[in-house]
Amino acid sequence: MAENQDKILEEVTGSDYKYGFTTDIETEVIPKGLNEDVVRLISQKKNEPEWMLEYRLKAFNHWLKMEQPEWAKLNIPKIDFQDIIYYAAPKQKPQLDSMDDVDPELKATFEKLGIPLDEQKVLAGVAVDAVMDSVSVKTTFKETLAEKGIIFCSFSEAVQEYPDLIKKYMGSVVNYTDNFFAALNNAVFSDGSFVYIPKGVRCPIELSTYFRINATNTGQFERTLIVADDDSYVSYLEGCTAPQRDENQLHAAIVEIVTMERAEVKYSTVQNWYPGDKEGKGGIYNFVTKRALCKGDYSKVMWTQVETGSAITWKYPSCVLMGDHSVGEFYSVAVTNNYQQADTGTKMIHLGKNTRSLIVSKGVSAGKSQNSYRGLVRVNKKAENARNFSQCDSLLMGDQCGAHTFPYLEINNNTAKVEHEATTSKIGEDQIFYCNTRGLSTEDAVGLIVNGYVKEVINQLPMEFAVEAQKLLQISLEGSVG
Amino acid sequence: MLEVKNLHAKIDDKEILRGINLTVKPGEVHAIMGPNGSGKSTLSSVLAGSEVFDVSEGSATFYGKNLLDMPAEDRAREGLFYSFQYPVEIPGVSMVNFMRTAVNEHRKYNGEKPYTASEFLKLMREKKKLVEIDSNLTNRSVNEGFSGGEKKKNEIFQMAMLQPKVSILDETDSGLDIDALRIVANGVNKLKSENNATVVITHYQRLLDYIVPDFVHVLYKGRIVMSAGKELALELEEKGYDWIKKQFED
Ligand SMILES: Nc1ncnc2c1ncn2[C@@H]1O[C@H](COP(=O)(O)OP(=O)(O)OP(=O)(O)O)[C@@H](O)[C@H]1O
Ligand SMILES: [Mg+2]
Repeated sequence: MAENQDKILEEVTGSDYKYGFTTDIETEVIPKGLNEDVVRLISQKKNEPEWMLEYRLKAFNHWLKMEQPEWAKLNIPKIDFQDIIYYAAPKQKPQLDSMDDVDPELKATFEKLGIPLDEQKVLAGVAVDAVMDSVSVKTTFKETLAEKGIIFCSFSEAVQEYPDLIKKYMGSVVNYTDNFFAALNNAVFSDGSFVYIPKGVRCPIELSTYFRINATNTGQFERTLIVADDDSYVSYLEGCTAPQRDENQLHAAIVEIVTMERAEVKYSTVQNWYPGDKEGKGGIYNFVTKRALCKGDYSKVMWTQVETGSAITWKYPSCVLMGDHSVGEFYSVAVTNNYQQADTGTKMIHLGKNTRSLIVSKGVSAGKSQNSYRGLVRVNKKAENARNFSQCDSLLMGDQCGAHTFPYLEINNNTAKVEHEATTSKIGEDQIFYCNTRGLSTEDAVGLIVNGYVKEVINQLPMEFAVEAQKLLQISLEGSVG
Repeated sequence: MLEVKNLHAKIDDKEILRGINLTVKPGEVHAIMGPNGSGKSTLSSVLAGSEVFDVSEGSATFYGKNLLDMPAEDRAREGLFYSFQYPVEIPGVSMVNFMRTAVNEHRKYNGEKPYTASEFLKLMREKKKLVEIDSNLTNRSVNEGFSGGEKKKNEIFQMAMLQPKVSILDETDSGLDIDALRIVANGVNKLKSENNATVVITHYQRLLDYIVPDFVHVLYKGRIVMSAGKELALELEEKGYDWIKKQFED
């Protein structure tokens, strides 16, 4: 029985990473290594104003005093930060007036990934900002959005065009001193997206950023900043892939969200960075700081993530519930297979009165992987009537993987109501056999069961993304059965 | 259509089936009876394709094809249906989604186009009526939180949906209330035709009043030790198994 299980597991987990190709385009890279000159060089390459450079240097000097964290349940090899290239950009004409100016190779790359940059061909209702290595390649639908006063552009562009907004909000949620990887990002961040939704505007289309690491030995350090003014709404999607390489590559991003009174932001991620091969060689190290500040009363932020890629994932999208009656929600599916390690979860910090948070976390582990949920719920002294409900479920396939749950509670107000539920289950051979006797192959059975198990989370994703995510889940687990 | 010859199966070196012979032809109803632990469910699940047991000897063919070579899903697609004695719960997977995948996999295997959503829902309505199953059940996750009787009804509903050629019903009557027994039996009878066959495993004559068998077999210690017409069931009901056990003690 156990043998049989191993055999099936082997078959299922044997599927290959679909996005592992590289693109042959001319890339401008700077030499490996990190020091003050490199920080200056990056800033100079991007033609940044003086204040931005100063900000970077401040962060860099702080980073120098910090140590790589070791507290998560991860086995992270020491990263040699001098062995990484901190800036790589596809060479192309600086000014993009129309689609015709985009390098055809580059266009083809994104098309291969299912991300058309051509506005006519773009999925109805999704504006895309495509980021390759360090540079934003093209933002679609900009004009349509501009009519409503919505700003959706690359971060570098925002630094030039909207310095006041950037100065006001950048670092207001995640300070450069926040953690090791956040400090590093602040020093060397390359590009990313900036979104501003003005008062009373509901963004009519989904905004989407697509991140792609292409060049060898490069780190990707992007930042995203989303500001939703009073009574506004936006749904934002983030997708990621990388080529298949033997060495590990570093991805350390920062995402900041600010919501003002009654504003609502939905942030969805389908993360599919290269996870490494079956022996655990290569793959992306994904160390990301994502945080939302629900600043205004009655504001709401919803994080939804489907994490299937990366060799190591270290990520805790969080909400600081500052406004009274503000709401934070976190829906997560983390799938690990082979030798992948994930340590992910959320932090819900209740500061305002009558604040509410909801956590739904679904871990799926297969192969020899390790999958941990780590979540903090903190209720501050003045946060009257705070409510939290957490549901953390783990699904195991086979008996060589691990699932762990670490809920932390810090409750400083006795009017708080906090509930935590956790379950662990296994896909049983009897369930698979039952499906088989109805004519379902083992692979389809696993797909059906896993998709059923994560339904609550997938349902939170926008339609096109949900379909994508379901396929992705099936691919990442192809054949893995317990 | 189904031909089982000298079938032996074991688990952890313990032989459970010790030479089963059984021939099922279209239009026939077979009843298999026998004391607890005699191997009835084992026989069913080995035929359905369970890999828990090792087949050490013998053969089983289905329309001339070697059944034992096929993975369980292909046996199902070829038209073999197994109604579980203990149906399995699959949380989170809706009955509709489950059945739609199953039916379309059958169709694909037979070179037919998959049903569209509306064609499928129509089929489902028809079959629901046929076996008188409540919509409450088909709107839920597969068997999750179903009562014992509801699970059994759901097995017959799935049988109706998949329209198999040979159905093995493992104690479908146990756990059913009096009305449900009649409904389920009626369902099975309505699905019966000259082209398909049913194997019912039961402990009680009661079911056989509704589903009248052509043959009754007694399975004891992994062998079919007696086969006769429907009157054998009545005799067993009256006398129990002791007289048979005595004859075949070894
Ligand atoms: N997975 C297993 N591991 C070990 N022994 C098993 C296993 N499955 C079945 N058996 C044994 O095989 C024998 C036959 O079991 P089986 O379930 O086929 O009996 P049955 O005739 O269906 O009985 P019942 O009338 O109680 O349903 C029993 O002794 C049982 O304990
Ligand atoms: Mg039995």
